[in-house]
Amino acid sequence: MSRISDFVGKSAVENVEAALLRAKQSSDYNIFLHLCEEKALKRAKKIDTGDSKGRLAGVPFVVKDNFTTKDAPTTAASEILEGFYSPIQATAVSKLEAEDAICIGKANLDAFAHGGSTENSAYGPTLNAKDKERVAGGSSGGSAVAVALDIVPFALGTDTGGSIRQPASFNGVVGFKPTYGTVSRYGVVAMASSTDVIGPIANNVEDIQTVMSVIAGKDENDMTTLPDFFEPLQETSGKKIGVVKQFMDESADSDVLQVTRDYIEKLKSLGHTVEEVDLPLVKQALAMYYVIVPAEISSNLARYDGVRYGKRSKLAKTIGEVYGKSRDEGFVDENKRRIIVGSFVLSSGFFDAYYLQAQKARTLLINQLEDLFSRYDFLVGPTAPTPAFKLGENTKDPIRMYLADIMTVPASLAGLPAISVPFGQNQEGLPIGVQVMASRRGDAELLRFAQDVEEK
Amino acid sequence: MTQISDEDVRQLAQLSGIELSNDETVNLTEDISKIVEYVQQLSELDTKDVEPTYQVGDLENVWRDDELIDYGVKREDLLALAPQQQDNSIKVPKVL
Repeated sequence: MSRISDFVGKSAVENVEAALLRAKQSSDYNIFLHLCEEKALKRAKKIDTGDSKGRLAGVPFVVKDNFTTKDAPTTAASEILEGFYSPIQATAVSKLEAEDAICIGKANLDAFAHGGSTENSAYGPTLNAKDKERVAGGSSGGSAVAVALDIVPFALGTDTGGSIRQPASFNGVVGFKPTYGTVSRYGVVAMASSTDVIGPIANNVEDIQTVMSVIAGKDENDMTTLPDFFEPLQETSGKKIGVVKQFMDESADSDVLQVTRDYIEKLKSLGHTVEEVDLPLVKQALAMYYVIVPAEISSNLARYDGVRYGKRSKLAKTIGEVYGKSRDEGFVDENKRRIIVGSFVLSSGFFDAYYLQAQKARTLLINQLEDLFSRYDFLVGPTAPTPAFKLGENTKDPIRMYLADIMTVPASLAGLPAISVPFGQNQEGLPIGVQVMASRRGDAELLRFAQDVEEK
Repeated sequence: MTQISDEDVRQLAQLSGIELSNDETVNLTEDISKIVEYVQQLSELDTKDVEPTYQVGDLENVWRDDELIDYGVKREDLLALAPQQQDNSIKVPKVL
Protein backbone atom coordinates (compact mmCIF):
# COMPACT_ATOMS: atom_id res chain seq x y z
CA MET A 1 0.00 0.00 0.00
CA SER A 2 2.85 2.40 0.84
CA ARG A 3 3.65 4.92 -1.87
CA ILE A 4 6.74 6.22 -0.07
CA SER A 5 8.41 2.81 -0.35
CA ASP A 6 8.19 3.07 -4.17
CA PHE A 7 10.77 5.89 -3.95
CA VAL A 8 13.14 4.61 -1.25
CA GLY A 9 16.31 3.05 -2.63
CA LYS A 10 15.78 4.47 -6.14
CA SER A 11 17.96 7.16 -7.68
CA ALA A 12 17.22 10.35 -5.78
CA VAL A 13 18.01 12.45 -8.84
CA GLU A 14 15.50 10.51 -10.94
CA ASN A 15 12.89 10.72 -8.17
CA VAL A 16 13.33 14.48 -7.90
CA GLU A 17 13.43 15.10 -11.66
CA ALA A 18 10.25 13.09 -12.15
CA ALA A 19 8.48 14.91 -9.28
CA LEU A 20 9.51 18.32 -10.63
CA LEU A 21 8.26 17.32 -14.08
CA ARG A 22 4.89 16.24 -12.62
CA ALA A 23 4.73 19.53 -10.71
CA LYS A 24 5.28 21.53 -13.90
CA GLN A 25 2.76 19.47 -15.85
CA SER A 26 0.17 20.29 -13.16
CA SER A 27 0.85 24.04 -13.15
CA ASP A 28 -2.79 24.84 -14.02
CA TYR A 29 -3.80 23.69 -10.50
CA ASN A 30 -1.74 26.51 -8.93
CA ILE A 31 -0.30 24.18 -6.29
CA PHE A 32 3.16 25.70 -5.86
CA LEU A 33 4.27 29.13 -4.72
CA HIS A 34 7.89 28.10 -5.24
CA LEU A 35 9.70 25.08 -6.67
CA CYS A 36 13.08 24.37 -5.01
CA GLU A 37 14.58 22.94 -8.21
CA GLU A 38 18.24 23.77 -7.79
CA LYS A 39 18.48 22.93 -4.11
CA ALA A 40 16.47 19.70 -4.50
CA LEU A 41 18.64 18.41 -7.35
CA LYS A 42 21.81 19.35 -5.51
CA ARG A 43 20.69 17.41 -2.44
CA ALA A 44 19.58 14.47 -4.61
CA LYS A 45 23.03 14.21 -6.22
CA LYS A 46 24.66 14.29 -2.80
CA ILE A 47 22.38 11.53 -1.52
CA ASP A 48 23.01 9.34 -4.58
CA THR A 49 26.78 9.60 -4.19
CA GLY A 50 26.88 9.49 -0.37
CA ASP A 51 27.61 6.45 1.81
CA SER A 52 24.91 6.48 4.46
CA LYS A 53 21.25 6.59 3.47
CA GLY A 54 18.44 7.75 5.72
CA ARG A 55 15.06 6.08 6.13
CA LEU A 56 13.52 8.37 3.50
CA ALA A 57 16.51 8.51 1.15
CA GLY A 58 15.58 10.25 -2.08
CA VAL A 59 11.86 10.58 -1.29
CA PRO A 60 10.51 13.90 -2.66
CA PHE A 61 8.06 15.88 -0.54
CA VAL A 62 6.30 19.23 -0.40
CA VAL A 63 5.70 21.61 2.49
CA LYS A 64 2.99 24.19 2.95
CA ASP A 65 4.48 27.64 2.46
CA ASN A 66 4.13 28.53 6.15
CA PHE A 67 7.12 26.28 6.98
CA THR A 68 10.39 28.17 6.82
CA THR A 69 12.97 26.46 4.63
CA LYS A 70 16.55 27.50 4.00
CA ASP A 71 17.33 28.83 0.51
CA ALA A 72 13.66 29.25 -0.50
CA PRO A 73 11.20 32.05 0.14
CA THR A 74 8.47 31.62 2.81
CA THR A 75 5.44 33.79 2.07
CA ALA A 76 2.57 32.14 4.02
CA ALA A 77 0.71 33.03 0.76
CA SER A 78 0.67 36.67 1.88
CA GLU A 79 1.98 39.83 0.26
CA ILE A 80 3.54 41.11 3.46
CA LEU A 81 6.01 38.19 3.38
CA GLU A 82 6.55 38.32 -0.40
CA GLY A 83 10.16 37.37 -1.12
CA PHE A 84 10.94 36.69 2.56
CA TYR A 85 13.94 34.37 3.00
CA SER A 86 14.04 32.94 6.50
CA PRO A 87 17.42 32.64 8.18
CA ILE A 88 16.15 29.57 10.09
CA GLN A 89 14.47 26.35 8.97
CA ALA A 90 11.50 24.52 10.52
CA THR A 91 12.53 21.57 12.73
CA ALA A 92 10.05 19.28 10.92
CA VAL A 93 11.76 20.01 7.58
CA SER A 94 15.23 19.52 9.07
CA LYS A 95 14.19 16.16 10.58
CA LEU A 96 12.92 14.93 7.20
CA GLU A 97 16.12 16.15 5.53
CA ALA A 98 18.17 14.34 8.16
CA GLU A 99 16.52 11.14 6.86
CA ASP A 100 17.48 12.23 3.32
CA ALA A 101 13.98 13.14 2.12
CA ILE A 102 14.03 16.02 -0.39
CA CYS A 103 11.74 19.07 -0.34
CA ILE A 104 10.86 19.99 -3.93
CA GLY A 105 8.50 22.89 -3.33
CA LYS A 106 6.40 25.21 -1.19
CA ALA A 107 2.66 24.68 -1.51
CA ASN A 108 -0.14 27.22 -1.67
CA LEU A 109 -2.44 27.97 1.30
CA ASP A 110 -4.95 30.55 2.47
CA ALA A 111 -2.84 33.56 3.48
CA PHE A 112 -1.47 32.87 6.99
CA ALA A 113 -3.61 29.68 6.91
CA HIS A 114 -6.78 31.74 7.44
CA GLY A 115 -9.44 29.89 5.47
CA GLY A 116 -10.95 26.61 4.38
CA SER A 117 -10.62 26.75 0.59
CA THR A 118 -7.18 28.19 -0.34
CA GLU A 119 -9.14 31.01 -2.01
CA ASN A 120 -7.67 33.47 0.52
CA SER A 121 -4.18 33.04 -0.95
CA ALA A 122 -2.71 36.32 -2.21
CA TYR A 123 -1.51 34.28 -5.22
CA GLY A 124 -4.84 32.81 -6.37
CA PRO A 125 -6.68 29.62 -5.37
CA THR A 126 -5.44 26.05 -5.80
CA LEU A 127 -7.89 23.94 -7.82
CA ASN A 128 -9.42 20.69 -6.59
CA ALA A 129 -7.61 17.53 -7.75
CA LYS A 130 -10.83 15.92 -9.01
CA ASP A 131 -12.74 18.96 -10.39
CA LYS A 132 -11.04 22.16 -11.45
CA GLU A 133 -14.21 24.20 -10.89
CA ARG A 134 -14.08 23.36 -7.20
CA VAL A 135 -11.90 24.41 -4.28
CA ALA A 136 -8.93 22.46 -2.98
CA GLY A 137 -10.16 22.97 0.57
CA GLY A 138 -7.88 24.57 3.07
CA SER A 139 -5.95 25.93 4.37
CA SER A 140 -3.40 23.22 3.37
CA GLY A 141 -4.96 23.03 -0.12
CA GLY A 142 -1.73 22.99 -2.12
CA SER A 143 -0.25 20.20 0.03
CA ALA A 144 -3.38 18.04 -0.36
CA VAL A 145 -3.61 18.49 -4.15
CA ALA A 146 0.13 17.78 -4.58
CA VAL A 147 -0.41 14.39 -2.92
CA ALA A 148 -3.76 13.69 -4.63
CA LEU A 149 -2.15 14.25 -8.07
CA ASP A 150 0.73 11.99 -7.01
CA ILE A 151 3.34 14.70 -7.57
CA VAL A 152 4.93 13.62 -4.28
CA PRO A 153 4.09 10.71 -1.95
CA PHE A 154 3.64 12.97 1.08
CA ALA A 155 3.37 16.60 2.10
CA LEU A 156 3.39 18.57 5.35
CA GLY A 157 0.53 20.82 6.38
CA THR A 158 -0.62 22.71 9.44
CA ASP A 159 -3.97 22.25 11.15
CA THR A 160 -5.45 24.88 13.47
CA GLY A 161 -9.14 23.98 13.04
CA GLY A 162 -9.17 21.41 10.24
CA SER A 163 -6.64 22.71 7.73
CA ILE A 164 -5.06 19.29 7.12
CA ARG A 165 -8.16 17.10 7.49
CA GLN A 166 -10.67 19.07 5.40
CA PRO A 167 -8.51 19.47 2.23
CA ALA A 168 -7.53 15.79 2.60
CA SER A 169 -11.25 14.95 2.55
CA PHE A 170 -11.92 17.25 -0.44
CA ASN A 171 -9.15 15.66 -2.55
CA GLY A 172 -9.40 11.99 -1.59
CA VAL A 173 -6.19 11.64 0.46
CA VAL A 174 -5.32 10.90 4.10
CA GLY A 175 -4.67 13.84 6.45
CA PHE A 176 -3.54 13.54 10.06
CA LYS A 177 -3.69 16.11 12.86
CA PRO A 178 -1.61 14.80 15.78
CA THR A 179 -2.10 15.50 19.48
CA TYR A 180 -1.22 19.13 20.31
CA GLY A 181 2.52 19.26 21.04
CA THR A 182 3.55 16.06 19.21
CA VAL A 183 5.52 17.78 16.43
CA SER A 184 7.78 20.80 16.89
CA ARG A 185 6.40 24.06 15.49
CA TYR A 186 9.80 25.76 15.53
CA GLY A 187 10.18 27.67 12.25
CA VAL A 188 6.50 27.50 11.31
CA VAL A 189 4.44 30.69 10.89
CA ALA A 190 2.18 30.88 13.96
CA MET A 191 -1.57 31.34 13.61
CA ALA A 192 -3.36 30.33 16.84
CA SER A 193 -0.77 29.00 19.25
CA SER A 194 -3.19 27.09 21.49
CA THR A 195 -4.41 24.85 18.63
CA ASP A 196 -1.76 24.99 15.84
CA VAL A 197 -0.29 21.58 14.98
CA ILE A 198 1.84 20.16 12.17
CA GLY A 199 0.98 16.93 10.40
CA PRO A 200 1.35 14.89 7.23
CA ILE A 201 -0.87 14.33 4.19
CA ALA A 202 -0.32 11.10 2.22
CA ASN A 203 -2.06 8.51 0.07
CA ASN A 204 -2.38 5.91 2.81
CA VAL A 205 -2.18 5.57 6.60
CA GLU A 206 1.05 3.55 6.55
CA ASP A 207 2.88 6.49 4.96
CA ILE A 208 1.37 8.87 7.52
CA GLN A 209 2.83 6.63 10.22
CA THR A 210 6.24 6.61 8.55
CA VAL A 211 6.37 10.42 8.34
CA MET A 212 5.10 10.81 11.92
CA SER A 213 7.82 8.51 13.25
CA VAL A 214 10.37 10.93 11.71
CA ILE A 215 8.88 14.32 12.62
CA ALA A 216 7.38 13.62 16.08
CA GLY A 217 9.28 14.35 19.28
CA LYS A 218 10.52 16.83 21.82
CA ASP A 219 12.38 19.85 20.44
CA GLU A 220 14.38 22.18 22.67
CA ASN A 221 13.49 25.01 20.30
CA ASP A 222 9.75 24.54 20.90
CA MET A 223 8.85 24.59 24.59
CA THR A 224 5.32 23.37 23.79
CA THR A 225 6.45 19.98 22.43
CA LEU A 226 5.52 16.98 24.58
CA PRO A 227 8.10 14.43 25.73
CA ASP A 228 8.54 11.69 23.07
CA PHE A 229 5.60 9.31 23.14
CA PHE A 230 4.89 8.33 19.52
CA GLU A 231 5.70 4.66 18.91
CA PRO A 232 4.01 2.84 15.98
CA LEU A 233 1.91 -0.16 17.07
CA GLN A 234 1.47 -3.60 15.50
CA GLU A 235 -2.28 -4.25 15.59
CA THR A 236 -5.63 -3.38 17.07
CA SER A 237 -8.79 -5.40 17.61
CA GLY A 238 -12.18 -5.21 19.30
CA LYS A 239 -12.33 -1.45 19.78
CA LYS A 240 -15.28 0.51 21.12
CA ILE A 241 -16.37 3.24 18.73
CA GLY A 242 -18.74 6.14 19.33
CA VAL A 243 -20.56 7.74 16.40
CA VAL A 244 -21.20 11.40 17.25
CA LYS A 245 -24.96 11.92 16.83
CA GLN A 246 -24.60 15.68 16.21
CA PHE A 247 -22.30 15.04 13.22
CA MET A 248 -24.87 12.75 11.60
CA ASP A 249 -27.91 15.04 11.42
CA GLU A 250 -29.54 16.59 8.37
CA SER A 251 -27.15 19.58 8.34
CA ALA A 252 -24.64 17.30 6.56
CA ASP A 253 -24.87 16.37 2.88
CA SER A 254 -26.69 13.05 2.28
CA ASP A 255 -23.79 11.49 0.33
CA VAL A 256 -21.41 12.46 3.14
CA LEU A 257 -23.70 10.72 5.65
CA GLN A 258 -23.96 7.61 3.46
CA VAL A 259 -20.18 7.28 3.11
CA THR A 260 -19.83 7.66 6.89
CA ARG A 261 -22.49 4.96 7.44
CA ASP A 262 -20.59 2.68 5.03
CA TYR A 263 -17.44 3.19 7.09
CA ILE A 264 -19.36 2.37 10.27
CA GLU A 265 -20.66 -0.85 8.68
CA LYS A 266 -17.09 -1.83 7.86
CA LEU A 267 -16.04 -1.22 11.46
CA LYS A 268 -18.82 -3.54 12.63
CA SER A 269 -17.83 -6.22 10.12
CA LEU A 270 -14.26 -6.06 11.47
CA GLY A 271 -15.58 -6.90 14.93
CA HIS A 272 -15.54 -3.46 16.52
CA THR A 273 -18.42 -2.33 18.75
CA VAL A 274 -20.21 0.77 17.47
CA GLU A 275 -22.67 2.92 19.44
CA GLU A 276 -24.27 6.30 18.87
CA VAL A 277 -23.01 8.93 21.34
CA ASP A 278 -24.06 12.42 22.34
CA LEU A 279 -21.69 15.41 22.16
CA PRO A 280 -24.09 18.35 22.61
CA LEU A 281 -21.44 21.10 22.70
CA VAL A 282 -20.38 20.31 19.13
CA LYS A 283 -23.01 22.85 18.09
CA GLN A 284 -21.24 25.66 19.94
CA ALA A 285 -17.67 24.53 19.22
CA LEU A 286 -17.45 26.60 16.04
CA ALA A 287 -18.49 29.75 17.93
CA MET A 288 -15.80 29.05 20.57
CA TYR A 289 -13.27 28.56 17.80
CA TYR A 290 -14.13 31.85 16.07
CA VAL A 291 -13.60 33.77 19.31
CA ILE A 292 -10.45 32.05 20.60
CA VAL A 293 -8.60 31.72 17.30
CA PRO A 294 -9.04 35.35 16.12
CA ALA A 295 -7.90 36.49 19.57
CA GLU A 296 -4.68 34.53 19.20
CA ILE A 297 -4.30 35.63 15.58
CA SER A 298 -4.57 39.31 16.49
CA SER A 299 -1.63 38.80 18.83
CA ASN A 300 0.48 36.47 16.62
CA LEU A 301 0.14 38.67 13.53
CA ALA A 302 1.21 41.82 15.36
CA ARG A 303 4.80 40.99 14.41
CA TYR A 304 4.18 41.80 10.73
CA ASP A 305 4.76 45.52 10.90
CA GLY A 306 6.92 46.38 7.89
CA VAL A 307 9.87 47.27 10.14
CA ARG A 308 12.19 44.30 10.70
CA TYR A 309 11.32 42.06 7.74
CA GLY A 310 8.68 41.65 5.06
CA LYS A 311 7.24 44.33 2.82
CA ARG A 312 7.01 47.99 3.85
CA SER A 313 4.41 50.18 2.15
CA LYS A 314 5.95 52.55 -0.37
CA LEU A 315 3.36 55.16 0.62
CA ALA A 316 4.40 55.23 4.30
CA LYS A 317 5.86 58.56 5.43
CA THR A 318 5.49 58.32 9.21
CA ILE A 319 6.18 55.43 11.58
CA GLY A 320 2.42 55.04 12.12
CA GLU A 321 1.94 54.70 8.38
CA VAL A 322 4.73 52.12 8.18
CA TYR A 323 2.59 49.89 10.43
CA GLY A 324 -0.87 50.87 9.20
CA LYS A 325 -0.31 50.97 5.44
CA SER A 326 2.08 47.98 5.32
CA ARG A 327 -0.47 45.87 7.20
CA ASP A 328 -3.40 47.11 5.12
CA GLU A 329 -1.58 46.34 1.85
CA GLY A 330 0.11 43.12 3.04
CA PHE A 331 -2.86 41.26 4.56
CA VAL A 332 -5.84 39.80 2.67
CA ASP A 333 -9.41 40.61 3.80
CA GLU A 334 -9.75 37.45 5.89
CA ASN A 335 -6.54 38.28 7.81
CA LYS A 336 -7.99 41.71 8.62
CA ARG A 337 -11.38 40.28 9.59
CA ARG A 338 -9.78 37.89 12.04
CA ILE A 339 -7.34 40.43 13.49
CA ILE A 340 -10.16 42.93 14.07
CA VAL A 341 -12.54 40.31 15.53
CA GLY A 342 -9.64 39.28 17.79
CA SER A 343 -9.07 42.85 18.92
CA PHE A 344 -12.82 43.13 19.58
CA VAL A 345 -13.16 40.00 21.75
CA LEU A 346 -10.04 40.97 23.73
CA SER A 347 -11.01 44.63 24.22
CA SER A 348 -11.98 45.92 27.63
CA GLY A 349 -15.72 45.75 28.12
CA PHE A 350 -16.12 42.71 25.84
CA PHE A 351 -13.33 40.42 27.14
CA ASP A 352 -15.47 38.63 29.75
CA ALA A 353 -18.52 38.20 27.53
CA TYR A 354 -16.61 36.82 24.54
CA TYR A 355 -13.04 35.65 25.14
CA LEU A 356 -13.38 34.46 28.73
CA GLN A 357 -16.79 32.91 28.03
CA ALA A 358 -15.34 31.02 25.02
CA GLN A 359 -12.41 29.70 27.08
CA LYS A 360 -14.86 28.51 29.77
CA ALA A 361 -17.08 26.90 27.13
CA ARG A 362 -13.93 25.21 25.81
CA THR A 363 -13.46 23.60 29.24
CA LEU A 364 -17.03 22.24 29.05
CA LEU A 365 -16.37 20.84 25.54
CA ILE A 366 -13.13 19.19 26.71
CA ASN A 367 -15.00 17.67 29.68
CA GLN A 368 -17.64 16.19 27.36
CA LEU A 369 -14.95 14.73 25.10
CA GLU A 370 -12.95 13.33 28.04
CA ASP A 371 -16.09 11.69 29.38
CA LEU A 372 -16.70 10.01 26.00
CA PHE A 373 -13.09 8.85 25.75
CA SER A 374 -13.34 7.25 29.19
CA ARG A 375 -15.92 4.91 27.61
CA TYR A 376 -14.92 4.75 23.92
CA ASP A 377 -11.59 4.22 22.14
CA PHE A 378 -12.44 6.33 19.10
CA LEU A 379 -15.11 8.76 17.88
CA VAL A 380 -16.26 8.68 14.25
CA GLY A 381 -18.09 11.09 11.97
CA PRO A 382 -17.68 12.90 8.66
CA THR A 383 -14.63 15.19 8.20
CA ALA A 384 -16.65 17.98 6.56
CA PRO A 385 -20.40 18.52 6.08
CA THR A 386 -20.05 18.58 2.26
CA PRO A 387 -17.68 17.47 -0.49
CA ALA A 388 -15.56 20.20 -2.15
CA PHE A 389 -17.69 23.26 -2.96
CA LYS A 390 -17.47 25.43 -6.08
CA LEU A 391 -14.88 28.19 -6.38
CA GLY A 392 -16.48 31.45 -5.23
CA GLU A 393 -19.48 29.67 -3.67
CA ASN A 394 -18.69 30.68 -0.07
CA THR A 395 -16.47 33.74 -0.47
CA LYS A 396 -19.24 36.32 -0.01
CA ASP A 397 -20.32 35.14 3.43
CA PRO A 398 -17.60 34.42 6.03
CA ILE A 399 -19.95 32.40 8.26
CA ARG A 400 -20.80 29.99 5.43
CA MET A 401 -17.08 29.49 4.85
CA TYR A 402 -16.51 28.91 8.58
CA LEU A 403 -19.21 26.21 8.66
CA ALA A 404 -16.91 23.95 6.58
CA ASP A 405 -14.83 23.62 9.79
CA ILE A 406 -17.72 22.60 12.05
CA MET A 407 -16.72 18.91 12.36
CA THR A 408 -12.97 19.47 12.66
CA VAL A 409 -12.75 22.23 15.30
CA PRO A 410 -13.71 20.12 18.36
CA ALA A 411 -10.50 18.02 18.14
CA SER A 412 -8.49 21.23 17.69
CA LEU A 413 -9.98 23.00 20.71
CA ALA A 414 -9.31 19.90 22.85
CA GLY A 415 -5.84 19.17 21.38
CA LEU A 416 -6.87 15.64 20.33
CA PRO A 417 -5.47 13.56 17.45
CA ALA A 418 -7.80 13.11 14.46
CA ILE A 419 -7.44 11.63 11.01
CA SER A 420 -9.40 12.05 7.78
CA VAL A 421 -9.46 8.95 5.57
CA PRO A 422 -11.00 8.86 2.08
CA PHE A 423 -13.81 6.32 1.96
CA GLY A 424 -15.98 7.05 -1.04
CA GLN A 425 -17.35 9.67 -3.35
CA ASN A 426 -20.63 11.25 -4.38
CA GLN A 427 -22.37 10.73 -7.72
CA GLU A 428 -20.23 13.44 -9.34
CA GLY A 429 -17.08 11.62 -8.30
CA LEU A 430 -16.11 14.08 -5.56
CA PRO A 431 -14.14 12.44 -2.75
CA ILE A 432 -15.59 12.17 0.75
CA GLY A 433 -13.53 11.63 3.90
CA VAL A 434 -14.41 10.13 7.28
CA GLN A 435 -12.89 11.49 10.48
CA VAL A 436 -11.72 9.34 13.39
CA MET A 437 -10.72 11.05 16.65
CA ALA A 438 -8.81 9.58 19.59
CA SER A 439 -7.91 10.65 23.11
CA ARG A 440 -4.88 12.83 23.83
CA ARG A 441 -1.62 11.00 23.00
CA GLY A 442 -3.62 8.20 21.39
CA ASP A 443 -1.93 8.95 18.05
CA ALA A 444 -0.25 5.60 17.51
CA GLU A 445 -3.41 3.67 18.42
CA LEU A 446 -5.45 5.85 16.07
CA LEU A 447 -3.08 5.38 13.14
CA ARG A 448 -2.85 1.62 13.67
CA PHE A 449 -6.65 1.41 13.82
CA ALA A 450 -7.12 3.52 10.66
CA GLN A 451 -4.51 1.46 8.83
CA ASP A 452 -6.17 -1.83 9.77
CA VAL A 453 -9.55 -0.55 8.56
CA GLU A 454 -7.97 0.70 5.32
CA GLU A 455 -6.14 -2.53 4.55
CA LYS A 456 -8.71 -5.15 5.60
CA MET B 1 -27.05 42.21 21.72
CA THR B 2 -23.82 43.97 20.75
CA GLN B 3 -24.07 46.06 17.57
CA ILE B 4 -20.91 46.83 15.60
CA SER B 5 -20.74 50.20 13.80
CA ASP B 6 -18.36 51.57 11.17
CA GLU B 7 -16.87 53.72 13.89
CA ASP B 8 -16.22 50.64 16.11
CA VAL B 9 -14.42 48.91 13.22
CA ARG B 10 -12.39 52.03 12.47
CA GLN B 11 -11.28 52.19 16.10
CA LEU B 12 -10.55 48.44 16.34
CA ALA B 13 -8.52 48.67 13.13
CA GLN B 14 -6.53 51.52 14.59
CA LEU B 15 -5.86 49.47 17.74
CA SER B 16 -4.79 46.62 15.43
CA GLY B 17 -2.39 48.85 13.47
CA ILE B 18 -4.27 48.52 10.16
CA GLU B 19 -5.08 51.62 8.12
CA LEU B 20 -8.35 50.71 6.37
CA SER B 21 -9.87 52.58 3.43
CA ASN B 22 -13.48 53.76 3.79
CA ASP B 23 -14.81 51.01 1.49
CA GLU B 24 -12.93 48.36 3.43
CA THR B 25 -14.33 49.70 6.69
CA VAL B 26 -17.91 49.43 5.41
CA ASN B 27 -17.43 45.89 4.08
CA LEU B 28 -15.63 44.70 7.19
CA THR B 29 -18.32 46.17 9.43
CA GLU B 30 -20.92 44.00 7.71
CA ASP B 31 -18.78 40.84 7.97
CA ILE B 32 -17.68 41.46 11.53
CA SER B 33 -21.27 42.15 12.64
CA LYS B 34 -22.27 38.73 11.26
CA ILE B 35 -19.36 37.01 13.01
CA VAL B 36 -20.07 38.71 16.34
CA GLU B 37 -23.76 37.84 16.01
CA TYR B 38 -22.84 34.19 15.34
CA VAL B 39 -20.50 33.84 18.31
CA GLN B 40 -23.05 35.45 20.66
CA GLN B 41 -24.69 32.02 20.99
CA LEU B 42 -21.99 31.26 23.57
CA SER B 43 -23.79 33.53 26.05
CA GLU B 44 -26.51 30.85 26.31
CA LEU B 45 -24.09 28.41 27.97
CA ASP B 46 -24.02 28.21 31.76
CA THR B 47 -20.35 28.62 32.67
CA LYS B 48 -20.78 29.55 36.33
CA ASP B 49 -17.82 28.21 38.38
CA VAL B 50 -16.13 26.82 35.23
CA GLU B 51 -12.38 27.41 34.90
CA PRO B 52 -11.25 28.75 31.48
CA THR B 53 -8.89 26.62 29.35
CA TYR B 54 -5.88 28.50 28.00
CA GLN B 55 -3.72 25.58 26.87
CA VAL B 56 -4.28 21.91 26.19
CA GLY B 57 -0.79 20.43 26.07
CA ASP B 58 -0.35 19.43 29.75
CA LEU B 59 2.46 21.95 29.63
CA GLU B 60 4.69 22.81 32.55
CA ASN B 61 7.03 25.70 32.97
CA VAL B 62 10.38 24.95 31.34
CA TRP B 63 13.56 26.30 32.92
CA ARG B 64 16.97 26.58 31.38
CA ASP B 65 20.19 28.39 32.19
CA ASP B 66 20.33 31.92 30.85
CA GLU B 67 23.06 31.16 28.32
CA LEU B 68 23.62 32.39 24.81
CA ILE B 69 22.50 29.75 22.28
CA ASP B 70 23.98 29.78 18.80
CA TYR B 71 21.20 29.34 16.23
CA GLY B 72 23.63 29.85 13.37
CA VAL B 73 21.98 33.15 12.47
CA LYS B 74 24.26 36.15 12.05
CA ARG B 75 23.40 39.74 12.93
CA GLU B 76 24.01 40.78 9.30
CA ASP B 77 21.56 38.12 8.08
CA LEU B 78 18.81 39.55 10.28
CA LEU B 79 19.59 43.15 9.38
CA ALA B 80 19.51 42.24 5.70
CA LEU B 81 15.84 41.23 6.10
CA ALA B 82 14.78 44.75 7.06
CA PRO B 83 13.24 46.88 4.29
CA GLN B 84 15.69 49.71 5.15
CA GLN B 85 18.98 49.66 7.05
CA GLN B 86 21.64 52.21 7.90
CA ASP B 87 24.76 52.12 10.12
CA ASN B 88 24.18 48.56 11.35
CA SER B 89 20.59 49.45 12.37
CA ILE B 90 17.07 49.11 11.05
CA LYS B 91 15.86 52.40 9.63
CA VAL B 92 12.34 53.79 10.16
CA PRO B 93 10.79 57.27 9.69
CA LYS B 94 11.23 59.73 12.54
CA VAL B 95 9.50 58.51 15.74
CA LEU B 96 9.72 61.60 17.95
